[in-house]
Amino acid sequence: MNGGDSAGRLVRPFTLTGGRTRPSRTDFTLITSVTAVDPPPAGAARPQPEHARILRLCAKPVVVAELAAQLDLPVSVVCIMLCDLLEAGRIAARAPREISRTSDLDLLQKVRDGLGRL
Amino acid sequence: MAGSDPVIRGTSAPDTVKILIAGGFGVGKTTMVGSVSEIVPLRTEEPLTAAGLGVDDLGGIPEKHATTVALDFGRITLSQELVLYLFGTPGQQRFWFMWNDLAIGALGAVVLIDVRRPESSFAAIDFFERRGIPFVVGVNGFHGEHPYSPEEIREALALPENAHVLLCDARDRDSCRDVLIALIDQLIATSAQTG
Repeated sequence: MNGGDSAGRLVRPFTLTGGRTRPSRTDFTLITSVTAVDPPPAGAARPQPEHARILRLCAKPVVVAELAAQLDLPVSVVCIMLCDLLEAGRIAARAPREISRTSDLDLLQKVRDGLGRL
Repeated sequence: MAGSDPVIRGTSAPDTVKILIAGGFGVGKTTMVGSVSEIVPLRTEEPLTAAGLGVDDLGGIPEKHATTVALDFGRITLSQELVLYLFGTPGQQRFWFMWNDLAIGALGAVVLIDVRRPESSFAAIDFFERRGIPFVVGVNGFHGEHPYSPEEIREALALPENAHVLLCDARDRDSCRDVLIALIDQLIATSAQTG
């Protein structure tokens, strides 16, 4: 990946999303974990190749940013495809921990303990 | 949270949290991410267009001209239940703050500073101050050398007295870990005071 990408590089990924540039829902953040539902729901349609690729990559939980990096696609494009998969019941998603500025001592302490063990 | 929402419904995935590594060009952000990450830093790029930004700070982006903002990120598995992601903007990225998702939900940030040209990190400091996002300042010594004390740097940057300034070496894992711990300790102290 280099910084000299032309506009063509920016447009092409959205052909994977049928020209959509925004997801139908906004639940997916950079660190939302997604996991393929296994086995797939009964009667599930055969996924498109790019969707199938995502399903393979998220056989184990993986966050959106990692998926995007592995697919070499913009996060926004991956989110649109994840919306498709979520609506088709092919993936489960887990939102990141809500961060409240004032009260989540328990979470902070767990982060602190984890870093202390490094 | 409704149990029926598929986005919330439990999976075996661990909880995820993130910390931003910010600062000016060439200050060592990606180096820092790489020093503490358990994976080789990954990169993802996002096209940004003026139309899609929804922010008012568009200075410098030619109208209707697409640009991209890249992120390098790393991962630290803190426990079976908790994974920390570090996000840094590599290279000369003036528009990282337009990646709307980036700052939302972050525990806090590390602003890295190069003492030879601290002004390159002013924008990052301003950003986190304005948004009330907690941060610590990591002074990345050139070749690990530190000609100034944290107090001198705090004064030079006109940082508030309670702002944490730490001398560090972005190439050194333990040093980077200690900066992250300082940030978390600051968050814990604030949380204990107000919570």
